Amino acid sequence: MTIGLGHYLTVAAILFVFGIFGIFLNRKNVIIILMSVELILLSVNINLVAFSTHLNDLVGQVFAMFVLTVAAAEAAIGLAILVVYFRTRGSIAVEDINQMRG
Amino acid sequence: MDLASTLPAAAFWLFAAITVLSGLMVISSRNPVHSVLWLILAFFSAAGLFVLMGAEFLAMLLVIVYVGAVAVLFLFVVMMLDINFVELRQGFLQYLPIGALIGLILLAELVTLGTAWTFGGDIALNAAAPMPALEQVENTAALGSVIYTDYIFIFQTAGLILLVAMIGAIVLTHRDRPGVKRQNIGKQNARRPEDAFELVDVEVGKGVPMPTKKG
Repeated sequence: MTIGLGHYLTVAAILFVFGIFGIFLNRKNVIIILMSVELILLSVNINLVAFSTHLNDLVGQVFAMFVLTVAAAEAAIGLAILVVYFRTRGSIAVEDINQMRG
Repeated sequence: MDLASTLPAAAFWLFAAITVLSGLMVISSRNPVHSVLWLILAFFSAAGLFVLMGAEFLAMLLVIVYVGAVAVLFLFVVMMLDINFVELRQGFLQYLPIGALIGLILLAELVTLGTAWTFGGDIALNAAAPMPALEQVENTAALGSVIYTDYIFIFQTAGLILLVAMIGAIVLTHRDRPGVKRQNIGKQNARRPEDAFELVDVEVGKGVPMPTKKG
């Protein structure tokens, strides 16, 4: 059995669904939500690289690299906000974060 | 079946299974520290998948950037914040049905989408940057020759994004603690000898008046 594009896309799709599922499942824990976002971005990267290999086009890998960059920046900023929030409020429960509600 | 054709397939099934299972453990594990460790395993095995697809540079990037930096950052934050994680898990089962429903709908949509499309006939001719054969130019060199020519401005923008993220994280988490003595270089350089001390003639047996404090 040869491994083709469809196999990689299936892995990416399952990982993507797990990411979405994780956001719903851990509604109270911001850290796990951030990790779920990382999973989603990883599945996007798998998709990009799979298509890049299958179509013999390097641009997919270039864009996977940019996705990686943005994901790293997002994780850094998100965790920084989390640390600052915990310092001022002493809690990171999502339902407590409603100070900006109008 | 010979070894040369079964080995990549076996490697694919191994890495794919580990990726998917550790992805599941990330979202379902009780302890967030374990979640981060499962996330690291997911990234590692995804890097294995990247190697199988011939994207070696991205695989190394995944290991270095994600496992080495992002996941360890997560680990630090999880261990640094003193949070009652049991409390945060309450309502876990309450959201399970709606989450499972939406996940299933999404999976059904993706499967429908994944089985319903085909490539156009001349798609191979439309490659923006055709990949050279791996025997002639290795993946890293080929990727570099594309990044530094056609995508140089986007590459610079990516660097700028990282710079903004770095400065932003420092600005956000930096705080001035009261009662900490810091070196003030401007004040040090502005100090002159006449501000710091004065010469006094001391008469025998009389002593000197208390110096007036300056500056």
